[in-house]
Amino acid sequence: MRTVHDIHGGIHPPERKALSRPGELTDAPIPAQLVMPLRQHLGVPAQPTVEVGDTVLGDQQIAAAQGVMSVPVHAPTSGTVVAIESRPIAHASGLEDQCIVIETDGHHRCLDAVGTDDWRALDAITLVERIREAGVAGMGGAGFPTAVKLNPGPERPIETLLINGTECEPYITADDTLMQCQADELIEGAQILAHVVSADAILIGIEDNKPDAIAAVEAAIARADADIELATFPTKYPSGGEKQIIEILTGQQVPSGGIPADIGLVCVNPGTAVAAKRAIVDGKPLTHRIVTLTGEALTSPQNVSACLGTPITALMAHAGLNAIAPQRVIHGGPMMGFAVSNLQAPITKITNCLLAPTATELPVPEPAQPCIRCGHCAEACPASLLPQQLYWYARAKDQEQLAEHRLFDCIECGACAYVCPSQIPLVQYYRAAKGQIRDSEQEKRRSDNSRGRFEARQARLEAEAAAREAKRAARKAAAQSKADADGADPIQAAIERAKARKADQDKEPEQTS
Amino acid sequence: MMATLIDQPLLAALTALLGLGALFGALLGFAAIRFRVEGNPISEQINALLPQTQCGQCGYPGCRPYSEAIAEGDAINKCPPGGEETIQALADLLDVEAQPLDAEHGVEKEPVVALIREDECIGCTKCIQACPVDAILGAAKVMHTVIADECTGCDLCIEPCPVDCIDLVPRKSGVGFWHWPLPADRAPRFDVIATDAAARDAA
Repeated sequence: MRTVHDIHGGIHPPERKALSRPGELTDAPIPAQLVMPLRQHLGVPAQPTVEVGDTVLGDQQIAAAQGVMSVPVHAPTSGTVVAIESRPIAHASGLEDQCIVIETDGHHRCLDAVGTDDWRALDAITLVERIREAGVAGMGGAGFPTAVKLNPGPERPIETLLINGTECEPYITADDTLMQCQADELIEGAQILAHVVSADAILIGIEDNKPDAIAAVEAAIARADADIELATFPTKYPSGGEKQIIEILTGQQVPSGGIPADIGLVCVNPGTAVAAKRAIVDGKPLTHRIVTLTGEALTSPQNVSACLGTPITALMAHAGLNAIAPQRVIHGGPMMGFAVSNLQAPITKITNCLLAPTATELPVPEPAQPCIRCGHCAEACPASLLPQQLYWYARAKDQEQLAEHRLFDCIECGACAYVCPSQIPLVQYYRAAKGQIRDSEQEKRRSDNSRGRFEARQARLEAEAAAREAKRAARKAAAQSKADADGADPIQAAIERAKARKADQDKEPEQTS
Repeated sequence: MMATLIDQPLLAALTALLGLGALFGALLGFAAIRFRVEGNPISEQINALLPQTQCGQCGYPGCRPYSEAIAEGDAINKCPPGGEETIQALADLLDVEAQPLDAEHGVEKEPVVALIREDECIGCTKCIQACPVDAILGAAKVMHTVIADECTGCDLCIEPCPVDCIDLVPRKSGVGFWHWPLPADRAPRFDVIATDAAARDAA
């Protein structure tokens, strides 16, 4: 039995997970139109490979990855591309982004899948390439390209593959449902990923508030007769943070600014493992995902397997959204999610939950009061930071002190804002400060580059001017030495030549007349 | 000589001090020549803070000349592309009072990049010669284009273009450049004490 460690801080908000009945999974209907954003992941947006008017089949690639930090996009079903344009997307900014719009034909004709059961015979490079081609990005919420995560480099040997089945955020039951309904696929996916990173051990961590998922995974491990360790640990928010679950299960801390691979771990979401299994064994790209539709404003909260690109309105209608009651729809969970500004926006690879709470259930936060320096936030912070200090420095835009106080170790879990008696939106301060710091670093890089280019140009212009000057001087010297040799003054000679020419011209008109 | 010095302690002290003074003076003089610093080091630090747009809006032909001018005592508020942030950074570095941006030299704008409408370009190379950072690619009588990653948005290429086919477009637009804004400060005024609240609400 593994020793379970504790993390600093953490909170126990009401879980409200039973609302969406975890463990029951149905397919959401295919909508008339699918809107496929080109950026469903962290990194560079994909590049469309289809044109307006093209007919596409299910699982066909419609946008290709652009470089390493990018993943392709595939059509979830058959239909016609009717537009490639800016559409509202589910993003905290409420901005629009490039999307491929597919009018579905309802036949759901798909490409022939080419998979293999014999993945153990394939090498890691082939498998990573297939996972990349299948468009797999981290499905826990950040959307980090999985192929990049599986390539930690030779200087970081991996000992353990960790499947993070914590799902600690209230309301969300997508991973819980996945672990109950697709446990066998999860186990095979975990084995594939462990083979890819050549990890010796596989560890699955599940919070103890999901007994059904624990039982299902245990049974699947027994069925597969696999050497996989299942660890359970007490429920606490945010145990599911990558760095937090690693500390809970291994007692080791990921170094500040580092990644889990620095201490020999790769940590993935169960959804990602299942997507990897489908990519390799079934030859199917990532086109669907499990989404929790929940909140008291829905008449039938549930988990559905939905096509990526399904508009949020369609899913809300499917779950029976009470049109009068809801104040807002939250993308993600109540702790880390954001309110969606336009319900026409589609779901993406990172949409694990759509939460439609009533006004009494999750009231709009009241105006922030001044910080009274009570220190509750520091007690709750799972990253052992000093949230109130970060708050002051974020307000003062003091980037030096923010770095000093390890702003970038903040996982934006929202525990500090949850316990804040003054209801200060602390996380937004940190997100804004992080954005500003990233911005100014980028500007610094740009200006350093421009300085180099400006100076290189100056040097080139000076060199060219010097070369011209040298040439002129050489010509002058040559003329001088020629004149010296002839014994005549070159200027005088030139004047005489000009005079002679003028005299010729004066003579000519006389001859012609 | 020694005997005179021993007899005259005042003279001895004077000689010793003079000797030491001459010795250290010579040392300092030698160091000043031997370890001479090329250029003004403070202007390097100033240059590092300037945005390197090379736009010349400050009245100097580039950021380095302006940094040298600041080191000589010119005002720090002549750089519109850097804006308030640069003025603040310069004020911190030079330990002077931050002033508002001098409107005579322009106003702070969104960062932009130049974009050539390529089918209208006649290939005159005038913009290429004007670009301070060599960010425009092309040759005589063939289309030119701007390397967006290198363009500083200085707008020096706009004026020379004989067919006006260069636009300045915002550099940071779209989801990729967005980040959370600081929350609007909705807290009640900090300097109001509880008994004043009624008066404030009435106002």
